[in-house]
Amino acid sequence: MMQVNTVMNIWIVLPILIPLLTAVGAVLAWNWRRVQRVLSVIGSAALLGAGLKLLLTVWTDGILALQIGSWPAPFGITLAADLFSAIMVVLAGLLAVTVTLYSLASMDMERESFGYYPILHILLMGVCGAFLSGDIFNLYVWFEVLLIASFVLLTLGGERAQLEGAIKYVTLNLMASALFLAGVGVLYGIAGTLNMADLAVQLAKMEHPEIVTAVSMLFLIAFGIKAAVFPLFFWLPASYHTPPVAVSAIFSGLLTKVGVYALFRVFTLLFVHNIRYTHTMILIIAGFTMVTGVLGAVAQTEFRRLLSFHIVSQIGYLLMGLGLYHPAAMAAAVFFMVHVVLAKSTLFLVSGVVHWLQGTYDLKKLGGLYASAPGLALLFLIPALSLAGIPPLPGFFAKLALVGAGLQLGQYVISAVALAVSILTLFSMIKIWNEAFWKPQPLAATCASAQPVLLIIPIVLLALVILGIGFFAGPLFTLAARAAEQLSDPAGYIQAVLGGA
Amino acid sequence: MSIVLACLSGFALAVASPWLYRLARGATGWLLALFPAGLFLYFSSFLGTCIAGNAVYTAYPWIPTLGIDLAFFIDGLSLLFALIITGIGALVILYAGEYLHGHPHLGRFYAIILTFMASMLGVVMAGNLITMFIFWELTSISSFLLIGFDHQREQSRAAALQALLVTGAGGLAMLAGLLLIGQANGTFALPHLLSQGGAVRQHPLYLPILLLILLGAFTKSAQVPFHFWLPGAMEAPTPVSAYLHSATMVKAGVYLLVRLGPVLGGTEAWHYLVTTAGAVTMVIGAVLALWQTDLKRILAYSTVSTLGTLVLLIGLDTSLSIKAAMVFLLVHALYKGALFLVAGAVDHAAGSRDITQLGGLARAMPITATAAVLAALSMAGFPPMLGFINKELLYEAKLQAPRASELITTLGILANVALVGVAGIVGVKPFFSKRHTTLQHAHEVAPALWIGPLVLAGWGLFNGLWPDVLVNPLITAAVNAVQPEITSVELKLWHGINPVFGLSVITVIAGVGLFLSHDLWFRENWRAWLLQTTSRISPQRLYELGLVGLNKLARAQTRLLQNGYLRYYLLTIVATTIGLVGYTLFMPGLPTVTTESKLDILVHEGVIAGIIILATIMAVTTRSRLAAIAAMGTVGYGVALLYILFSAPDLAMTQFAIETLTVILFVLVIYRLPRFALLSSTPARIRDALVALLAGGMMSLLVLAAVAGPFQSHLAPYFAAHSLDLAKGRNVVNVILVDFRGFDTLGEITVLSVAALGIFALLKLRKEH
Repeated sequence: MMQVNTVMNIWIVLPILIPLLTAVGAVLAWNWRRVQRVLSVIGSAALLGAGLKLLLTVWTDGILALQIGSWPAPFGITLAADLFSAIMVVLAGLLAVTVTLYSLASMDMERESFGYYPILHILLMGVCGAFLSGDIFNLYVWFEVLLIASFVLLTLGGERAQLEGAIKYVTLNLMASALFLAGVGVLYGIAGTLNMADLAVQLAKMEHPEIVTAVSMLFLIAFGIKAAVFPLFFWLPASYHTPPVAVSAIFSGLLTKVGVYALFRVFTLLFVHNIRYTHTMILIIAGFTMVTGVLGAVAQTEFRRLLSFHIVSQIGYLLMGLGLYHPAAMAAAVFFMVHVVLAKSTLFLVSGVVHWLQGTYDLKKLGGLYASAPGLALLFLIPALSLAGIPPLPGFFAKLALVGAGLQLGQYVISAVALAVSILTLFSMIKIWNEAFWKPQPLAATCASAQPVLLIIPIVLLALVILGIGFFAGPLFTLAARAAEQLSDPAGYIQAVLGGA
Repeated sequence: MSIVLACLSGFALAVASPWLYRLARGATGWLLALFPAGLFLYFSSFLGTCIAGNAVYTAYPWIPTLGIDLAFFIDGLSLLFALIITGIGALVILYAGEYLHGHPHLGRFYAIILTFMASMLGVVMAGNLITMFIFWELTSISSFLLIGFDHQREQSRAAALQALLVTGAGGLAMLAGLLLIGQANGTFALPHLLSQGGAVRQHPLYLPILLLILLGAFTKSAQVPFHFWLPGAMEAPTPVSAYLHSATMVKAGVYLLVRLGPVLGGTEAWHYLVTTAGAVTMVIGAVLALWQTDLKRILAYSTVSTLGTLVLLIGLDTSLSIKAAMVFLLVHALYKGALFLVAGAVDHAAGSRDITQLGGLARAMPITATAAVLAALSMAGFPPMLGFINKELLYEAKLQAPRASELITTLGILANVALVGVAGIVGVKPFFSKRHTTLQHAHEVAPALWIGPLVLAGWGLFNGLWPDVLVNPLITAAVNAVQPEITSVELKLWHGINPVFGLSVITVIAGVGLFLSHDLWFRENWRAWLLQTTSRISPQRLYELGLVGLNKLARAQTRLLQNGYLRYYLLTIVATTIGLVGYTLFMPGLPTVTTESKLDILVHEGVIAGIIILATIMAVTTRSRLAAIAAMGTVGYGVALLYILFSAPDLAMTQFAIETLTVILFVLVIYRLPRFALLSSTPARIRDALVALLAGGMMSLLVLAAVAGPFQSHLAPYFAAHSLDLAKGRNVVNVILVDFRGFDTLGEITVLSVAALGIFALLKLRKEH
């Protein structure tokens, strides 16, 4: 019995192991760039495959848990995968594949020679580790891994703007780490355990749950910084536009989402004693995040900066799902997560092609792409309109489900905010469209004519996935609903990790 | 199945059309027009079913979790719209092929207009509220792309954005309304909603729901004060204006109101809101139409007026008014479509759309002129056109209005007189008044450009003469769908001499007078004065101011928040932490942290703590970097000592090593740094000190509150017990690091390796653009 479980549950560790081995292989092949490139593609594809297999396994067999080193549950470190984790891992795999392909065509030789690929995979390792960890301190470790990997990716190349952005990035994120660690410490001091399932059990038995609520605020802030919510998001717009586009794309797709994932994890599993206080607070933060983010975007005229502020705004929608704390709302948030990861990364990749063609990200200097690059125009419209919530793209269904849940629960204010922000999102997407695509190019400046196929393939791939999710939203919603069910009922997670005892 | 195919095949054709255009070039318009023509015939076959009062409904589950079906529903109302959409669609596509002949983006144009057509069909045929909304938004997007088709021009882009924002915002309000309707009834399926209308009217949120839905309908159907996007939308190529912004899309709001009438209507609120909006729009549109000079803008404002009349009729909500609305819908689509296409032909042939420049074109363009005059006669309501029958009906409905019938009739006369004048100005004046010298080269247009207007205008005549052939059955079917109690509609050209006929005669005489005296009252300086005065208070201006305000607000907010200073970012984060955690700590219910809880500090512990505090103060206040680093080292050593006191020698040794190394490294770096300078002002330093103290105090309080309870680690006993027998190690800490929690160590090793790689790259790789 035990043996069977272990063999089956090996799928949990693969999404951590595959990027690690890929990175190690790439480091060993330091002087052979071509080997690194091939390894990177293989590793990404394998990660996607492992993620899909994991999702399938969790779908059929329920929540999986793996005790690392076979130390029994609260004592060793547990990896656990529910549907939400598995979905996140699949998304990481999908981005790994597309961004790696994109990097093959767009990354310069110097960065490739200084370890771009191994560090990219370490980042993926950290991300997947965070999604799969069932231990609050181990989660901290994965946060550190992805922080250092992202910091190195951010600075790699050493351009002046990069370093300036990276300083802010690392300082503010270390602040988050410090608060996170403090929270873990205090939590351990209260409950005497680190395993999250065990923590859930111990915290539920607390005589004074009020102190847990106070500690939960530390986590809210620490993960809130990571997730770039209001008023803690400064590091994101300060840094995301500085590295090469491939890096921005994977950051935009995954980094903040790890923070959101962690918020979902702890505020559905651990901190559910005072929902009316904690989750209302989350809802308020969600509203402000949506509004300030989108207003930030409206003020921008730089393609990538504009997109960066939209990341912030969209995080608000995800938190709205958590703040409503209802299976329907969380299902909507899970669906929203899939949509926003895809839409955002695709948009960043498109911005890279635009830069390739016209040599700038400045909307004032861009123009004429509707006439000169109609295919690219279409590839922009798909994620952009999805982000703005135009049907039948996935962003619409995500918004629909979220607002529907909000109205159903009588949360009219946040629902109205969500709708209003979506029209502003549309406004700023159209701004890009009008400036970069429709407007004639102001100065017939540098204009590459051909678009490298390898830059376009990943975008086409992502756009097809977006379209597919829109047309076949039914199955994904069923999946999201099951994921939300698991989140709203921690008993299953606890059972899977701690066993029947 | 075939209904689904009929509604959705347009999208497939849209995708294929750019490629088709590459193959067929000039013949593409003729080929593509066959598609809507075929659909027209297909939908005609439903006429019998619908006259009998039956509806067809098919649904396929799409997103069962959310109650969304891909559902289609055909009754007489849908059918009337579908026939207008496909019939005029065929003519417009044919027309566009010629009108945009040789345009580099003609292939894309076909793709977008076919997308629009399929979406519009979807709106009127959807059998599920959400499905309908999906198509509704698609019409907005395709409209955006078509208005901005001439994308090189800034006005086109701005008009496209404006139309999208106005209809998009209304659409979102409507979405909320639709969601609430669905929640009130437990279904989005149209047939179920229609059969259980009462649920929404009794809902406590009825009024908000009504307002939200009306916002959607009014923005889409250009009701005052949201009408301004429609004249702006005239930036679109003329076939687009004829099709989207006169015959079909702008009527989507009207469709929605009629469709949801059984669900939302029949209340006082409905009656007053809808009637008022319609009446105001009817009058304002008609009056503004008189003062335009651009043919298309004149037509656009008269469309606004028509839409107002339609909404007014729906608000009256009598069987007569619904009948009148259905007829008007059809009549207007025919004559206004024709007039728009004529305007395009004139523009094409004479190079101008300015009525002050146009005149005497009848000789050069006889066929176009015939179409124009026929359409104008229908618009003005002359017998024997269908427009005449319609005008009689309109007056009848207004006279029998349940409330304020005198006022409504008077306003109706006013608007109608103005529209008779407009009909003359756009349909007669360019062709028959004095020929302008600049129009020497004017010529008759190619057949593709006159077939459309001639067919549409001809239908207005044919149906007026023989209403029984097509109009009566069609209107019967449509009215049947909304007012099942009416079994058949009998429209007749001649009703005899009665008050309604009297009103018609008065309207025509006054209107013709208005037209004939056009040169007298249409003065450039009056016009300029009027436009200037209205522009100051117009919604258009509000929109522009709103846009400017939005941009200003956005910039101000972003300057404030994302100000670029790391120190303020940190300050904000720390302050937020203090606020959130502090507030939560002082909420009632927490165990109070008093001196009774174990604050039994021993002397040597106190001494170490004192040293740490002193060293911290020194690190912050000193003006020497070396001293600051030494002080930081002291803090570290102090902490390490505490570790020893609390029996963690391993930790202490690590800490000692790290502190020592850090100090040494710092000292090595320090001489490469610029001279020490005090950059912060005193108030800033005081503020920072305050924040720091608060943060420290908050953390201390939290920790004290946390350890107030009994602490018992669940892990330590297990580690102590099994370190040797299971993990084969005597040093428990080591065993934890490399075995029990070895996975953490794997992560930490990775962190160190990546950091090393990163530093290597930072030192060796410097790219500069």
